[in-house]
Amino acid sequence: MRFVDEFRSRELADGLRAELEHLVEPDESIRLMEVCGGHTHTIYRHGLTDLVPPGLEFLHGPGCPVCVIPMGRVDDAIWLAAQPGVLFTTFGDMLRVPGRRGSLLEAKAKGADVRMVYSPRDALELARRNPDRHVVFFAVGFETTSPSTALTVLEAEADDVQNFSVFCNHVTIAPPLRAILETSGVRIDGFIAPGHVSAVAGTRPYDFIAEEYGKPVVVSAFEPLDILQSAVMLVRQLHEGRAEVENQYTRVVRRDGNPYAFAALERVFTLRETFEWRGLGEIEQSAFRLRDELARFDAEQRFAVPGLRVPDRKACQCGQVLVGAIRPWECKVFGTACTPEKPLGTCMVSSEGACAAYYAYGRGKVPA
Amino acid sequence: MCLGIPARLVRLDGDAPLGTAEVAGVRRSVSTALCPEAAVGDWVLVHVGFALARIDEDEALRTLELLESMGAG
Repeated sequence: MRFVDEFRSRELADGLRAELEHLVEPDESIRLMEVCGGHTHTIYRHGLTDLVPPGLEFLHGPGCPVCVIPMGRVDDAIWLAAQPGVLFTTFGDMLRVPGRRGSLLEAKAKGADVRMVYSPRDALELARRNPDRHVVFFAVGFETTSPSTALTVLEAEADDVQNFSVFCNHVTIAPPLRAILETSGVRIDGFIAPGHVSAVAGTRPYDFIAEEYGKPVVVSAFEPLDILQSAVMLVRQLHEGRAEVENQYTRVVRRDGNPYAFAALERVFTLRETFEWRGLGEIEQSAFRLRDELARFDAEQRFAVPGLRVPDRKACQCGQVLVGAIRPWECKVFGTACTPEKPLGTCMVSSEGACAAYYAYGRGKVPA
Repeated sequence: MCLGIPARLVRLDGDAPLGTAEVAGVRRSVSTALCPEAAVGDWVLVHVGFALARIDEDEALRTLELLESMGAG
């Protein structure tokens, strides 16, 4: 595939490996957090942890939207799906996320009308085709995804679709990064920032990491060569005593982001005062809700959603995995009580969750 | 989740911000509301049915040239 295969070349990877081996001293310890679950997936799938010198370590961050959804919101989604007349639509990733009493997939097995969609546009189309039903779209995701929800709501408004609403769980990338820098106590030397979030948001949201915390950031694309190049750029910044926001993903990401996406977000969403994140707790101004004038498209306004706070299961350590405090295989239940077939925590559900990615590609190679 | 698939825009639908994108021979409808400047023949990054950005082919080549120069010296 164009723009994919070229960035997986083995010969070029060898060159990058040589460059990293040349740069990273044997007694060094450099810890880079890849923020995005897509990067985590690439790192394990292509065995990059084995390719880089021992002095370089990847820490997995909070950028998997499926992983950071707290259990209470999953329960709210299942409650919505069970309401009379509701046709509940969701991305496939969310189907198997465990709530307190099962997942959306299990709710479907018990009779709820839960359907997987590829796009919020498909959810709106279902509403048009089923005028006697109320279609709720389970909106999750960072800045990459929220503009798509926003444009779909605007389309529903323009066409005066009466039977469509959004259960909004859209979150923003910068607040959890600040929370990790402030509170986790985990040493992070630099950040590999998420490329597709940045295609929308631009590179400015990360400026505070360089300016206030003195740590380098490189916005990265998703193929193995991209991630290795980003690692080289970060190590060079560290060695040269620089802390800047650099862009490796120049083929897609602009400094100011996507103005059409910003305009759609501005028209549809406003920041919530606070939102609960798995592993990070409540974070102020970290998530969107629909604006009051669009309340008729807001499932939380149309239905009396319970909105319960549900603590994670005691055995589950997703919270610590999500801030890089422990590695997947260090969780007490990894691969035993918690597996992709029967996940206890969210990190084992999505293929971009650190635990699921490590389970699929890295097992048997637990580093010392 | 934040997956973006490179696809070639093969058709634009008149006034509506919609088009058809082709990925590995498979065609599907995409909204072009987020990159109205994209033209037929352009490569775009598709995420959940929306063309999120135009892929700059010159920049992609520049990145590859930079990659080729690494570790070579």
